[in-house]
Amino acid sequence: MTDSATEPFDPDDRERQKAQEQRLRKPWEVPRGWRYWSAVNNSDVGLWYTTVAFVFFLFAGVLALLMRTQLAVPENDFLSADTYNQAFTLHGSVMMFLFGVPIFEAFSILILPQLLGARDLPFPRLSAYGFWCFVIGGIFVCGSIFFGAAPQGGWFMYPPLTTSYSEGIGPDVWLLGLSFIEIASLAAAVELIVGVLKTRPPGMRINLIPLYAWYILVVAVMILFAFPPLIAGDLLFEMERAFDWPFFDHTRGGDPLLWQHLFWIFGHPEVYIIFLPAIALVAMIVPTAAQRPIVGYGWIVLAAVGTGFISFGLWVHHMFTTGMPGISLAFFSAASEAVAIPTGVQIFCFLATALAGRFVKSVPTLFVSGALAIFVLGGLTGVMVAVAPFDFQAHDTYFVVAHLHYVLIGGMLFPVAAGIYYFYPLTNGKQMSERSGKWAFWLMFVGFNVAFLPMHFTGLLGMPRRVYTYPAGMGLDLLNLVSTVGAFVFAAGVLILLFEVVRPKKNEPYSPRNPWSAGTLEWLAKMPDESWGVRSIPLIKSRYPLWDQPNLMADVDAGRFYLPDAEEGQRETLITSTIDGRPMQCLRVPGPTFQTLWAAIFTGGAFIFPVYHLYLPALVCAVLAGFAILGWLWTGTAMIPEKPQKDVGLGLTLPLYASGPKSVGWWAMFITMIGDMSAFASLVFGYFFFWTVHDDFLPGPAAGPGLLWPAIAAGLGLGAWALTLLARHCNRRDQVLGFYLSLALAALLTVACSVALFAGPHLSGLDPTTHVYPATVWVLVLWTLLHLGAALIMLLYCVARRAAGRMTAEYDIDMQNVGLYWHFMAITLVVTVAVIGGFPRVA
Amino acid sequence: MNERNDDLPDEELEAPPARWGSLWLLTFGPGIWAIHFLLCYVTAAVWCAKVAGRTGLLGDASLLVGLYTLVALVGIGLTGWRGYRQHRFGHADPPHDFDTAEDRYRFLGYSTLLLSGLSFVATLFVALSVVFIETCE
Repeated sequence: MTDSATEPFDPDDRERQKAQEQRLRKPWEVPRGWRYWSAVNNSDVGLWYTTVAFVFFLFAGVLALLMRTQLAVPENDFLSADTYNQAFTLHGSVMMFLFGVPIFEAFSILILPQLLGARDLPFPRLSAYGFWCFVIGGIFVCGSIFFGAAPQGGWFMYPPLTTSYSEGIGPDVWLLGLSFIEIASLAAAVELIVGVLKTRPPGMRINLIPLYAWYILVVAVMILFAFPPLIAGDLLFEMERAFDWPFFDHTRGGDPLLWQHLFWIFGHPEVYIIFLPAIALVAMIVPTAAQRPIVGYGWIVLAAVGTGFISFGLWVHHMFTTGMPGISLAFFSAASEAVAIPTGVQIFCFLATALAGRFVKSVPTLFVSGALAIFVLGGLTGVMVAVAPFDFQAHDTYFVVAHLHYVLIGGMLFPVAAGIYYFYPLTNGKQMSERSGKWAFWLMFVGFNVAFLPMHFTGLLGMPRRVYTYPAGMGLDLLNLVSTVGAFVFAAGVLILLFEVVRPKKNEPYSPRNPWSAGTLEWLAKMPDESWGVRSIPLIKSRYPLWDQPNLMADVDAGRFYLPDAEEGQRETLITSTIDGRPMQCLRVPGPTFQTLWAAIFTGGAFIFPVYHLYLPALVCAVLAGFAILGWLWTGTAMIPEKPQKDVGLGLTLPLYASGPKSVGWWAMFITMIGDMSAFASLVFGYFFFWTVHDDFLPGPAAGPGLLWPAIAAGLGLGAWALTLLARHCNRRDQVLGFYLSLALAALLTVACSVALFAGPHLSGLDPTTHVYPATVWVLVLWTLLHLGAALIMLLYCVARRAAGRMTAEYDIDMQNVGLYWHFMAITLVVTVAVIGGFPRVA
Repeated sequence: MNERNDDLPDEELEAPPARWGSLWLLTFGPGIWAIHFLLCYVTAAVWCAKVAGRTGLLGDASLLVGLYTLVALVGIGLTGWRGYRQHRFGHADPPHDFDTAEDRYRFLGYSTLLLSGLSFVATLFVALSVVFIETCE
C-alpha cells in the first residue's frame, strides 16, 4: 500500500486533481442546517438508521431490566401483571423488528457501498423512505407502553389470546405498526440486492465479492420470501380485529393455527435474517485479524446460501406442541437438524482462518471470540429443541428463553459489538478506546452467561416463560436472582460500549487510514471520509484488493480509475454486470429531498390511524402518500440525460440511461414483485390450509362466487395485460397513436376487470363476517383489486410521462417497468380466479 | 462444456460467457431440496387429513415420499455433477480466486457442487422420517 501523499505528481496533475475533487465535492455535499434531514446519501441515512436502531435496542434493554427486577425475588410486585405483559411483548417485538433486522439494513446501507467501491446504493431515496418509515413506526410501537396501550400477547401475538382475550388496541398497534416497519425491510431488501448485484466495481466478478456481500445478498432474498407471509398474516389478523372477518375464529370455520403457520414461516427465517448478517461481520473481521484470506470462501458461500434455503423448512419446530401429525413434525425436525450443518461449516472456516493466520488480538476479535463461544452453546441447545420429544418438555419454558438468547446475543449482538469497534473509524475517522472495549466485553460476556446460563435450569425445573412472578420455595429463587444480577452486569457492559460510542472525541487524533490493515475496499476511506465515498472507482482483481493490488490506494486517491470527476455536477456511480462486473452504465443517483420524508409520514398515517378506527384520515393519508410517491417518482426517477453517454475514465464511454432488464429500476420492480408474489402465495396457502384442515370449508359450488364473473374478470384482465405489452411495443417503435390507444384501452379494461372481479362474490351475496370461506374469497379478491388499482395508476402514469415528454421511444424505463408489473398482475389475477372460481368445481 | 479442454492450459481455454443464468445454477440443489420438502409435507398433511385419518397408516404416502426422494436425489446428483465438471474445468484447484472468466466459471461450479452435497444430505434427512414413522398420529 502506498499513501497518496508520498506519490510524486507533476504540478499540472495536482491542479487537475484539485479541480476534479472540487467538482466531485459539490454534488455530494451534505445539506446544511435543517435541510440536513433531507439527505439521502448512504453515509448519512446509514448512520441515522444505525443510531435509531440502537436507541430502540436500549429501550428494549431497559424493558428487559425491568422484567429481571420483577423476577429477582418470588412474588414480587415491582411490576403489575399488565405492565409485565406489555414489557415482555415489546421487549421481544422491539428486539426483533426494531433492532435485529433493521440493524443489519442500517449497517449495510452504511458500509455496503464502501465495500463495493460504489459512491452510493442505486436507490438512495428508497433507503431514506425506509428509514423514515422505520422511525415513525418504531416510535409509535414503543410509545404505546407509556399510555398502557402496548400489546400484551407476546412477540408472536397468538390468537385467540390476541383476538378474544385482549382488550384495547395493543394488538392493533403491533399489527399495523410493525406491518408499516416491514415496508422499510422490504425497501432495504430491494436496495441491497440490486446494490450487491449491480453496483460492484469493475472487475469484481462473482467469485471475488466480499463475503459480507454474499451474506447480504442471501439475507435480502430471504427477506423477500419471509416478510411477505407475515404481512399477509397481519392483513388477515387486522381484518378479523377491525371488521370481524373470522380467519382465526374456530366458531366460524377459522383456525388460529393459520396465524402460527404464517407467523413462523416468517419467524424462523427471521432468526437467520438476523444471524447471517452478523456472522457476515465476523467473516470480514476474522481475515483481517488473521491477516490472511478466509479459509474456505466457497464453503462459506455454501453455508450462507444453504442456510438461507433450509431456514425456510424449520418453521413448524416452533409448533411442535400444537398437535400436528407426528410425520409433519418429523420433516421439520429433520430440516432443523440439517441446518446445523451449514451453520457449523462457517464456524469451522472462521476457526481455520484464525488458526492459519496470526490472530491479532483486539477488541473486535475479543467480541468475535465471545460471539462464537456463546453462539455454539446456543446452537447446541438448538439441536436439542429440534428433537420433538425434548421440545415437548422444554416448550414455553425458560430453557427456550435461554436458548434463543444464546443464539441471538451470541449470533448477533456480540458480532455487532465487534462490528461497531471495527467499523467505527469509517463513520467519523476516530477509533474507539481499547481499554473501555475490553471492559465492555468482559462485563457483557460474564454478565450474559451469569444471566442466561441459569435459565436453562429454571426452564428444566419447569418455570414457564412470560409469567410475571413465581411462588417461593420451588427451587427457582436463587437461579432467578443470579439471572437478574447477571442481567445488570451485562447492562453495565452495554453502557460502557454506548458511552464509548457517543463520547466526544474532538481532541483525539484521526485514526490512520486502514487502521486494521484490512484487505477490502471499505478501508480506502480517508479519515475523516469525504461524502463522495470513494475518490475514483477502482478496477478490482482480487478478493482482498488492498492486500493484493499494489498502489491501489494511491491510484484511487489520484483519481486514476473510473468516475474521478463530476463534470456535469451530478451524483454518479457505476452499474456493472451481475456475474463478471463489466461496466454497463453510469447511473445518476438522486440527491437530497424531503419528498421521501413526506411519503413516509403519510404512509405512517395510513397505517396508524386505523389503529384508532379513524378510517377517513387513514384514507386521506393513503391518497397523500400515493401523491407523494408519484411526485417523488416523477421528479427523481427515469430522468432523460442531457446526452446519451459519457466518458467515465480509462477510455471507457458508458450510456447514462438504460431501460428494461439493463436498468436498476427494472430489477427493483422485479424484486419487489417477487416479494409481492410471496405475500399473495401466503394468502392462497391460507385458502388451501382451511380446505385441508376443515372438511366444511367449501360450502359447495353454488354458494361461492361462481365461475362466470371471475372468468369474465380474467378475460378482461388478460386483455389489459396484452394491451399494455402492445403499448410498450408501440412506444419502442414511436407509434404514438398506437401507444396512447392501447394504453387507454388497457386502462378501460382494467376498470372493467375490477368491476367483474368484485361482482362475483358481491352478487352471490358472500358475507365475509359469516364464515371463513367468504372471508377468504373476499381477501383474495381485495388483494387483486388493490393490485389492479395500482396497475391502473401505472398505466395513467405512463400516458402522462409520454405526454409530458419525460418518456420517449428510446428512454422508456417507465413503460418497461409497468410491462413487467403487468406480468405479475396477470399471474395474480389468473391464480385468484382459478382459486375462487375454479377450485370449488374440482375439489 | 468441452471435455477436450481439460488438458489445455488456462490461456487456451475459454470459459462460457457469463449469463445471468449462471447464478441460478447455485440454487438448483437447495431448490430441489425445498420442493422435495414441501411435497413431502403437503402429501403427508393431505393424506392424514383427507385419506387415512389421524390414526391411519401412512401407507402409499410413504411410497410417494420415497418416489419424490428418488427423483430429488437424482436431480441433486445431476446438478452436483454439472457443478463438479464446471469446477474441474482446466487445471485449477480452489479457492478459484483469480480475476478470470475461467475461475469465475469454476467457482460457480464448485459452489454448486458443495450446495448439492448439502442438499443431498438434507433431502435424505427429510426422507428418513417415513422410515421411522409409519402412522399419521
